[in-house]
Amino acid sequence: MPVPSILFRPDDRRAPRTPPAQPAYFGDLRLDHLVDALVRGREDYELSRYFYAPLHDEQQIRYRQEVLRDLRRPELRACVGSFAEKMRAMRDGLGQADLLRHPLQRQRWLLGSALDYLDAVRTLADGLGAAADVRSAGLLGVRAMLDDYRRSTPFVRLADDAARVTELLDGVEYCVTITGTKVTVSRCEGEDDYSRHVSGLFARFERHGANSYRSKFSGLPEANGVEAKVLDLVAKLFPKPFAALDRFCETHRDYAAEAVTNFDRELQFYLGFCAYIERLERRGLLFCFPEVSATRKEVHARAAFDIVLANKLAIEDSPVVCNDFELSGPERLFVVSGPNQGGKTTFARMFGQLHHLARLGLMVPAESARLFVCDEIFTHFERGENLADLHGALKDDLVRIHHVLGSATDRSVIIVNEIFGSTSLADARFLAGRILGEMLDLDVLGVCVTFIDELAGLSDKTVSLVSRTDADDPSSRTYRFERRPPDGLAHALALAERRGVTYQALRERLAR
Amino acid sequence: VKAHLLYRCHNFDRDLGRPWNAEALIEDLGLDTVLDAMADGNPFFADVARTVLLTSEPDPDTILHRQAVLRDVLAHPEVAAQIYELAGDVVAGERRIYRGYVGEDPSATLNWAVRVLQLCTEALRTLRQLARDHRNVFESDGLTELWGQLLDELTDAYFDEVGDTLDTLKFEHGMRVSARLGQGNKGRDYVLRTPPRRTRDWLRWLTGDPEHGLSFQINERDDGAMQALAELRGRGVDLAADALARSGEHMLSFFTGLRWELAFYLGCGNLRRTLTEAGWPTSFPTPLSAGSRTLKAGELYDAGLCLRAKTGLVGNDLHAEDKDLLLITGANQGGKSTFLRALGVAQLMTQCGMFVTARSLSASVAGGVYTHYRREEDEWLIHGKFDEELSRFSDTVDDLPAHAMVLFNESFASTNEREGSEIARQVICGLRDSGVRVLFVTHLHDLAHGLYAERDPAALFLRAERAEDGTRTYRIVEGEPLATSYGPDLYAEVFGSSAKNRVTGPPDHAA
Repeated sequence: MPVPSILFRPDDRRAPRTPPAQPAYFGDLRLDHLVDALVRGREDYELSRYFYAPLHDEQQIRYRQEVLRDLRRPELRACVGSFAEKMRAMRDGLGQADLLRHPLQRQRWLLGSALDYLDAVRTLADGLGAAADVRSAGLLGVRAMLDDYRRSTPFVRLADDAARVTELLDGVEYCVTITGTKVTVSRCEGEDDYSRHVSGLFARFERHGANSYRSKFSGLPEANGVEAKVLDLVAKLFPKPFAALDRFCETHRDYAAEAVTNFDRELQFYLGFCAYIERLERRGLLFCFPEVSATRKEVHARAAFDIVLANKLAIEDSPVVCNDFELSGPERLFVVSGPNQGGKTTFARMFGQLHHLARLGLMVPAESARLFVCDEIFTHFERGENLADLHGALKDDLVRIHHVLGSATDRSVIIVNEIFGSTSLADARFLAGRILGEMLDLDVLGVCVTFIDELAGLSDKTVSLVSRTDADDPSSRTYRFERRPPDGLAHALALAERRGVTYQALRERLAR
Repeated sequence: VKAHLLYRCHNFDRDLGRPWNAEALIEDLGLDTVLDAMADGNPFFADVARTVLLTSEPDPDTILHRQAVLRDVLAHPEVAAQIYELAGDVVAGERRIYRGYVGEDPSATLNWAVRVLQLCTEALRTLRQLARDHRNVFESDGLTELWGQLLDELTDAYFDEVGDTLDTLKFEHGMRVSARLGQGNKGRDYVLRTPPRRTRDWLRWLTGDPEHGLSFQINERDDGAMQALAELRGRGVDLAADALARSGEHMLSFFTGLRWELAFYLGCGNLRRTLTEAGWPTSFPTPLSAGSRTLKAGELYDAGLCLRAKTGLVGNDLHAEDKDLLLITGANQGGKSTFLRALGVAQLMTQCGMFVTARSLSASVAGGVYTHYRREEDEWLIHGKFDEELSRFSDTVDDLPAHAMVLFNESFASTNEREGSEIARQVICGLRDSGVRVLFVTHLHDLAHGLYAERDPAALFLRAERAEDGTRTYRIVEGEPLATSYGPDLYAEVFGSSAKNRVTGPPDHAA
């Protein structure tokens, strides 16, 4: 049976053989945090390698975008989510069967895992089959594979056998009588449910929604000594179902098909990402499929944000500030200046994150975006830890930026954040001007965060961005960037507006 | 059995806690004195009184329900006290029953539940006797329903059956559970079956009948096996233990609730006794629907001030019908704040179902009572004082329910008069247009005059009266806001350059 892929086009199966290393810019852009969060709880699938390996081809990117677009539709999401859960249950069941000692327990776990597997395959095949408009080539390939597989003899036999054995076992009901230290197992003879008598008697005192006093019992899968003995006696009292179970395990030891397990693994690449962004979408943040081009350097985004910061803010229940950006015509570089803590670094990271995510074929944190498929992303962020040795730090800065400029091409993205903070202003102005000039000559795309105002107007290829401050409260940060400084508002009204207690604000807040 | 003394159909939700603005209400309206009088030294009374008084009840019918119960309690304080004592005994008795592993070990849960149920059934029998002895003394729905349930619903036969069942649950002749095969062939769906009778099992044990079962014996010295056996028994009794424990909890909550709700009424009794002994009038107010926007009072006093001042207070009349703004201006130290406080306290007392300190009062209920007072002590705040006021008000807005009532005292005056008046005007209009009633004490003349000029029939303008000779009468009368706040008068009084006879009265912030 062929093994279809939803990560790579059939004609270009370049699944990385040796797992690629984490790209150098991951730390600066906080993408390491992102990937940690994306793969958390999915470690078994070894997904990091895919997040480390950006695609360089528009076709490849669109192949994934189409798959993700399909998977984002609620009916498909529900279906593949449920499939993945059942596959996980299957693996857990197999693992459990290996750990247990009692043979009757091991056999039952194997049967249980087979039921999960059957359920998973059926859920997926039904869901994909019922979905009216699966458009992506990737998922269409999987659908075709499943159609064949479900009709195949191994699958049909597995399904029949599992159902029959389960039915037999489910029919077993037994009674345990405990008298002192003696335990007797017998078939049931229709005794009354005494708990029901007790609840009936006290019904008038029972309160709905009251605390539960149900005890928690050991959820351990392993039967304890008494349970194991009881189970042995139950097997003696009911020989037929247990014989059937034994035969099932002989026949169906390795039942899972590779095409199914491979899809399960690749799916996690998308599901991890979806789970992450949906938390943010529920808070009103928007994600989009970027338009990608490997040739046009005119990029823009509306309402873009730092995905990692947004996640942190979501946990703290704080609002997230979005920013628009646009480079058109000859414009290539954003020069970002403004007060400290104004969000400059965040803006720089956001720009880099968007370009990395776009190259993975994923959605980007913005309402809409057009992005450039670059060949490489370079970052140069100040290294705080070297400040003790100023001369060394400056040299280190220069060595690193020199290396970056030597490796970059006219198709690269470079993000430079507050460099030369460790030298005199005159030096910094001189060096930063030179570096910026080199970048402009290379015609790279990028962001340069700086405290040196003069850099902003260096060329028609640069766009100056300034973080906007609240005219009435210069101490507060808006974290917004714009090409022009803002206008002011009257002091008291501005304060009232910010607190949401003007007439209009009150009417809106109290409208209910 | 249920006792609904504060609501017709349910108990007061004691877990709800106090409203978030509780501290502000207590401070701004000077409620500590009222609460102290209700507590009369009993911290439990204090706690209950605080919660009920501050949780404004917006339903007029519920308020009338409470007034009726309160009338009963005031008329028969000794019966109410006996019920309270009995409930207290149960609460104290339960604390002596070992809880240990309740909810973790089903046998412990069962044990606890049986003892709790024994304690509670005993108390119910006593309470039923009390109801028999005072069969027809009550008139309120709340208390007559309680009596009715005790007399009609609980029979001796029922009490006997409960006793038998509690005995059977000791499982003296062994216990039996049924189960099915679950995950990994472990047992699931454990169901407790009617416990076996002695003879049958004994016979079976003798014959060892293989048709009916297979047995094994556990070594008593094998700790692991004994523990496993206990767990199996636990699975069997779990459901029954749960049902019993929930019943026990319910009976306990009945007594806890009864004690709690009665504590409120006994506290009201304490307050009334104190007020009556000092000669202040009290009356049951008429609660009106929220939409009528009415506040009418005859000889209204500030209850807190009554408790402190004992004598020499001036009662005020008010006639506000279909008004959603009361704007109070006038002389400093002229009784504006006292009047505002009296209105706020009366509103709270009305809405918790209590009497008020007035000859008569009818008030539209509010969705909630809120205060926004100028805070002197916050001046150091980094936000700046005006911003602090705005921010505090904004927090209030987050919480405002429909038909809320907000009391402002000299708010938004911490900036210049023009800005302050503008913000206050927007706030007042924004609130009124959203269905909130506003009581506003201010000396912002720009604000008061501007609103007066609108001739809005739903706005009532009041001012602290000043006699011809400049003395204050501490009466609040209807009238157009005047341009001055009589600051010079006060200055003269304090600095003594003008010696005139004045009506003596309490200062504005009697403490």
